[in-house]
Amino acid sequence: MSEILEVRKVTKSFATTAGPLPVLKEISFHVGAGATCSIVGPSGSGKTTLLGLCAGLDQPTTGEVLVGGRSLSGLGEDGLARLRSELVGFVFQNFQLIPTLTALENVMVPAELRGDTGASQHAVELLGHVGLAERLGHYPTQLSGGEQQRVALARAFINRPQILFADEPTGNLDSETSGRIVELLFELNRAAGTALVLVTHDLELSARTQRTIRLRGGAVVEDVSR
Amino acid sequence: MIASTLQNLLAPLTWRMAWRDSRNSRRRLIVFSSSIVLGIGALVAIASFGKNLEAAIELQAKALLGADLVLGSRQAFGDAEKKIFAELGGQQANEISFSSMIRFPATEGSRLIQVRALDGPFPFFGALETDPPNAGQEFRSGGALVEEGVLIQYGAKVGDVVRIGDLTTKVVGSLKKVPGETVVFATIAPRVYLSLGEVERAKLIREGSLARYKTFFQFPAGTDVGALVKERKPEFDQLRLSSDTVKQRQENLGRSMENLTNFLSLVGFIALLLGGVGVASAIHTHVKQKLSSVAVLRCLGATNAQTFAIYLAQSMALGAIGAGGGAALGVVVQVGLPRVLKDFLPLTVDFGIAWGAVLESMVAGFGICVLFALLPLLAVRSISPLVAIRAFVQPSARRDFAQWGAIALLMLGIGGFLVRHTERLQDAAGFGVGLLVAFLTLAGAAKLLVFATRKFIGPSLPYVWRQGLANLHRPGNRTLLLLTSLGLGTFLIVTLVLVQQTLLTQLVSSRQDNRANTILFDIQTDQRQAVAALLKEQGLPVLDEAPVVTMRLQSIKGIDVEDQLSRKTNGIPNWVLRREFRSTFRDTLSESEKLTAGSWPQKATNDVIPVSLDVGIAKDLRVVMGDEIVWDVQGVPMTTRVAALREVDWRRVQPNFFVVFPPASLEAAPAFHIMTTRADSTEVSANLQRAIARKFPTISTIDVTLILQTIDSVLGKVAFVIRFMALFTVLTGLLVLTGAILTGRFQRVQESVLLRTLGATRSQVRQILLVEYAALGALAGLTGVLLSVGGAWALSRFVFQVEFALPVTIIFVALGTVSLLTMAIGWLGSRGVLDEPPLVILREA
Repeated sequence: MSEILEVRKVTKSFATTAGPLPVLKEISFHVGAGATCSIVGPSGSGKTTLLGLCAGLDQPTTGEVLVGGRSLSGLGEDGLARLRSELVGFVFQNFQLIPTLTALENVMVPAELRGDTGASQHAVELLGHVGLAERLGHYPTQLSGGEQQRVALARAFINRPQILFADEPTGNLDSETSGRIVELLFELNRAAGTALVLVTHDLELSARTQRTIRLRGGAVVEDVSR
Repeated sequence: MIASTLQNLLAPLTWRMAWRDSRNSRRRLIVFSSSIVLGIGALVAIASFGKNLEAAIELQAKALLGADLVLGSRQAFGDAEKKIFAELGGQQANEISFSSMIRFPATEGSRLIQVRALDGPFPFFGALETDPPNAGQEFRSGGALVEEGVLIQYGAKVGDVVRIGDLTTKVVGSLKKVPGETVVFATIAPRVYLSLGEVERAKLIREGSLARYKTFFQFPAGTDVGALVKERKPEFDQLRLSSDTVKQRQENLGRSMENLTNFLSLVGFIALLLGGVGVASAIHTHVKQKLSSVAVLRCLGATNAQTFAIYLAQSMALGAIGAGGGAALGVVVQVGLPRVLKDFLPLTVDFGIAWGAVLESMVAGFGICVLFALLPLLAVRSISPLVAIRAFVQPSARRDFAQWGAIALLMLGIGGFLVRHTERLQDAAGFGVGLLVAFLTLAGAAKLLVFATRKFIGPSLPYVWRQGLANLHRPGNRTLLLLTSLGLGTFLIVTLVLVQQTLLTQLVSSRQDNRANTILFDIQTDQRQAVAALLKEQGLPVLDEAPVVTMRLQSIKGIDVEDQLSRKTNGIPNWVLRREFRSTFRDTLSESEKLTAGSWPQKATNDVIPVSLDVGIAKDLRVVMGDEIVWDVQGVPMTTRVAALREVDWRRVQPNFFVVFPPASLEAAPAFHIMTTRADSTEVSANLQRAIARKFPTISTIDVTLILQTIDSVLGKVAFVIRFMALFTVLTGLLVLTGAILTGRFQRVQESVLLRTLGATRSQVRQILLVEYAALGALAGLTGVLLSVGGAWALSRFVFQVEFALPVTIIFVALGTVSLLTMAIGWLGSRGVLDEPPLVILREA
């Protein structure tokens, strides 16, 4: 299985008045194509920081991240944006739909940014797949939390990404809705053959992934594969 | 970055995304685009009107002069002049103009006027506008055509008898307009047309009288008047004849009208700049509200240039809407401009939309709007995609040089506009620096307020005061924007009022102390005793008396004036060389004079007479102590030497002179006399004027009150136009204020709801808002007023050269008005804040 994500000795520090504050310490792991991996740990352990580095939203202080075999270190802001557009999908804890766009428009955005003008049909199919065929023209404020996250899932898969990053995808949902979202997430992941890296507090959710990396104080304290 | 932004601006996706993204904020953005509408409207109106004015000048050029050529002199035309006029040929008309008193026997009223004695069919082009319409012809065979304003002032009408000097005649019509002359001109010197024959028969002009002589020419069609004037110029110079052709008048008028429209454009531009500040603030708030959308777009693969282009497109649309709205408003305003400017326009201007000018102003307005928007827009480029997953992202420590680029572009844009609309580079620089100082002072005051409220608001203050004042420094505060817009408006308006007041105070003060306030002139030598006796009879003192002898320059430092006139390099202005000097002789210095060089009095010798010159005129004549000047005293040459220099306070109401001769030098020359006195009440002054007019009809009396009224009236007309233009700035300030309150509304609603949920009463929340706006209004008012005091002081000191008077009442009225207005608008804009049910807001949040 080829590696879609490689994290090599990554550290991250933030400058403070008292000197550099290390948040991640020499983290290394890799994720194969189509594999699922969860990152767990208490608040402040560096989970979200690690996710940001893996997705190229931020640059590590030292070390290297490779997505699809391409090192993120040499890429500028626009190179990273293009790479995200081609290979990466996102699902956020607070859904992060653009409030001024309808459900359909939200789903179409990543494809439109790539210059794909015929994405509308695919977006409609995806929204149908997540059970929102009737809500295409609705704005985020007109949708429930679960519905918003389903739109976000459809959006995450519009560009057929090779890897999907999910940041606490069920963190803002009740348990019943969470269950449905998780089912959808794994189903889409399987159907598209997309690798999945998710950050969560939910041990039940992390147990559904093939591998769990546990962080504490910015370091990996456990790495379990199933 | 620039190339990819431009490329993205051409992509349909950018505009589609810009349109979609604006869905929730369109109304708010349109409110903000209205803040530039007024500025662009003002520019469009003035630019289009300016083009109409140009066209009108072109079309009515001949009527503006009334003739093909006008030759003028301060001396009666002699044989030499008449010979040239005969050679020039064409149809001719003559005019002699001089000051005299008009008296209305019915009401016993009298006032100083400018008599124009006309002979011949002038104007050859255009016509005197009169009521009845044929009065412009009728007066030529007898009777007076009197300025409409004078008739109204003295309740006189057509058919009434008037006395002008020794002449008793009938009013044949009221004069409404003379082609090429403005109403302001008529206010300063009301005109009365008489026939030249009548004036000569009544002997209104005596030897030594101050008069101006003109001959108007109409040449056969096709005559090259310019070439003719050029060819005869040396002869004109020799005889000191001034010449005016249609082309010269057209150019001069075009220049002065361009100055007028340029000045108005600059005042309008301030409104646009203020609107630009409003736009910048709106975009700043807009971008802050779009942080997470931008971050998500970046996560989803949008490049920096893509996201930047989306918001730039929105700003461009905002500018385009503002420019469109401004153009529409400008066209409406343009319809009213001729009415506003009517007193300053010497011609009729027809309405027409000058599309080129409209487009130019729209482009300027659009450009300024986008440049102002660029500054906050650049922040879009530094929004990290991490914002989508983290509540707080440490801002990048990298210095963004693009910000400096944007500032430079903005300065360049403003500078470009200023250079285009000012005649000299230093004017553009002065205006720009003045604006910068005003903006920086207001911004500094805002920062100070933020700092002071953060630092010094202690727990000892009541809760609502603490909360209200704390709103001034809390995140998302509108302190900078509101202070700038309110302060700038206050600054402009109060400066105008202060300058006007200073000028009037200056004049009023001369009326109130014990100085002279009434001047009698054109007193013949043989009338002196009798006039002094009449004053005594009326219980009035003779405060000053001076003989006046008219003279002209013959040579300076051995070089004839004719030679000086033909030399363009001597640096002496032509008007000084050509002017008629009214000099006196005495052995003392007056109260308004201070000796700066030499000594006075000095004894006249047989060959050279020592004279004392005003320092200003000495500078104009390029002469120093000891230089020789030869005067032509009504045909007699007199050689003089500069023996003393005086600094003269020209503002004092007393006979002041450029040149003073020593005793025993000019006694033999034909002279008239000036006397000044002081009439303590209007009634005493009116009695004196009546008595003088009855007994000495040729003597003119000027009451300083009349000067005061005239200046007040002219200043009032100027102030009206400036206030009209300043209105755009004030309204823009109010729009920016309203817009700022609306953008801060959501935050206010949330705060209000939270406070009410936590137990605050509606009255407490209301008081908090009022405290915040009262503090803003008071400081904006105070800063604006302080700036205007500085501005008015500088204008008084350096432009008008009068002592600055600080009217405290105006300051307090201005402060009170600004504070109350801010509170009222703040209150109106926040009305709904208290009506929102807490639950709705808490759910939304």
